[in-house]
Amino acid sequence: MMILLFLAQTIRIAIPYLLAASGGALAERAGIVSLSLEGFMLGGAFGAVIGAHYSESAWIGVVSGVAAGLFLASIHAVCTLRFKADQVVTGVAINLFTVGITRFLLQLAFDSSSNSPRVAGFGDENVGGALALASNPLVWVGLAAMPVLAFVIYRTTFGLRVRAVGEHPMAAASLGVPVDRVRWAAVLGSGALAALGGAYLSLDQHQFTDSMTAGRGFIALAAVIFGRWDPKRAGIACLLFAAAETLQIRLQAAQLIPSQFVAMIPYVLTIVAVAGVVGRSRPPAALGRAAE
Amino acid sequence: MSLSASRRAALEEAILPPLVALAIVLVVGDVLILATGEAPSDVWAALVSGTWGNWYGIGQVLYKATTLACAGLAVAVSLRAGLFNIGAEGQLAAGGFGAAIVGLALPAGTPGIIAIALCTLAAIVGGGAVGAVPGVLRARFGAHEVIVTIMVNFIVLALLNYIVAAKLHVPETLHTPSMNAGTVPRLADAIPAFHGSAANWTILLVGAAIAAVAWYLFRTRAGFELRAVGLQPEAAEYGGVKVPRVWLRALVLSGAIAGLGGVNFVMGYKGYYEDGFAGGAGFLGIAVALVGRNHPLGVVVAALFFATLSQGGLAINAMVPRQVVEVLQGIVILAVAASVPEVRRLVRQAVSARGVAASSAAAAPSAPAGGSRG
Repeated sequence: MMILLFLAQTIRIAIPYLLAASGGALAERAGIVSLSLEGFMLGGAFGAVIGAHYSESAWIGVVSGVAAGLFLASIHAVCTLRFKADQVVTGVAINLFTVGITRFLLQLAFDSSSNSPRVAGFGDENVGGALALASNPLVWVGLAAMPVLAFVIYRTTFGLRVRAVGEHPMAAASLGVPVDRVRWAAVLGSGALAALGGAYLSLDQHQFTDSMTAGRGFIALAAVIFGRWDPKRAGIACLLFAAAETLQIRLQAAQLIPSQFVAMIPYVLTIVAVAGVVGRSRPPAALGRAAE
Repeated sequence: MSLSASRRAALEEAILPPLVALAIVLVVGDVLILATGEAPSDVWAALVSGTWGNWYGIGQVLYKATTLACAGLAVAVSLRAGLFNIGAEGQLAAGGFGAAIVGLALPAGTPGIIAIALCTLAAIVGGGAVGAVPGVLRARFGAHEVIVTIMVNFIVLALLNYIVAAKLHVPETLHTPSMNAGTVPRLADAIPAFHGSAANWTILLVGAAIAAVAWYLFRTRAGFELRAVGLQPEAAEYGGVKVPRVWLRALVLSGAIAGLGGVNFVMGYKGYYEDGFAGGAGFLGIAVALVGRNHPLGVVVAALFFATLSQGGLAINAMVPRQVVEVLQGIVILAVAASVPEVRRLVRQAVSARGVAASSAAAAPSAPAGGSRG
């Protein structure tokens, strides 16, 4: 029973990571730096609450959350693909912009600087634990995201093109691959997936709170890098990071390890991975570079 | 003549993107303000009069610009070396923490000048030490500094949060006890007009540091090497520059400059370290460097601009939610980032068109004379 509870809690924490990291893996494999996952998630969380609030339907919430993610992702794509803006700068700017616009709209829509009113969510609220988890469709989407992404990236024409434009856009272009269009699709896909992760968060808590993603987009990015840009490994990294958090929550009463040190685990592991101490983590060759 | 033409092109490349951004910001700002039901002209007027219209506002802008200039210069120095330090937030916090710890450790009677020097040094060392992590990993293992600086940011902030929350806070708060020595007086002590604003004399320390960095970048051999590595690492390597060593030096220097920014809040304003005092200034440093074109002088101007926006948010808060300025800051960055490559392309096109026109005009009357290019 303890193990089941532990597993359920790990999955509950891992879902937003899995969704955002699958978006991050998709964009990064196409050569686009994914610093904006945090912003996409926050936008998705806010969009979902707005949709759910005005329609009183969680499903409409999901749709409007994804729409918010797509909106932010298209700003990213216009800047980096149409105008060749620096991808790192654009990512940071999207994050700042999203924090600002969600606070502004929170103030405008609900006259609050901290949180939205309670909104609809998924599942029967009277059942708790693993059952509530299973009744949330976004959980299943989250669990399926990485395997589906692995299939798309390694087994489909689109995936081949994504990998080609991420490794060698010039060569891909000379073979007739529409580089910018593939990258557009990858950025939009990452926006939608990360926004789903954000929508899961806010619908799970039945409200939006200011800056509620709290760095989860960066943990997802860490998982992508720690997972060496491979969907399956990135998925395992998400579960690992979530398990560490669950362990920390469970052990909180015992005060064995300060929570701040557990919070560092993903970042430390990622640094160790990119420093190549145990097997070098190598990014896609054209990551961050604009196609000419 | 060709020199002045290239100067003019460089100037256009530097000035045009911020102007484009300003135009976009005014339009987006108008839309957001209209959405709240206020008149845009009233809000803009309040923003200007609440910042540059009175001494308190000016003092606040100067205070905020001091931290932002450090963060911006830190990012600019790294970019000059071809590296992107996006860890200024953590470095700024570490610098402030270093200054506060030394100020706590010193006995109360320490002469001001010695205490200030030691605390400032601690800020520089604190930031530099955090910058050394990505520096070493880049120089030694080739680890990408963007990834490492993001991750180190979170690690440093979590570590400082742990130290302050678990070991060193004044009960019921998240700040350390007040420093015994090393605090710097406010500007208002000498110039009463600034009364109430946080502006303080650390602005002189930071100004001197900016001048020193400008001198280092443009007047010393090491600075030349740093810029050479940023422009063309392979060529610099071929020219005898030890590139990894320059990377390490650049990231340590970058971290140290960001760390210096911590003195403004810790030594000049509060007299203690408070968890989260950086409050995003490190990330805005990226915007400051971008708008300031990685030039120390440009960084100062850009820092004043972003400081005006954030102070302006407070000035208009009674009319529209102050978060408007956070949105606008994001828009400025996006607009400048997106227009820099476009403007560069257009300016170069115009320059070559001018060049062709000039040379054909010069060549036409005296067709046989060869060598129109000099």
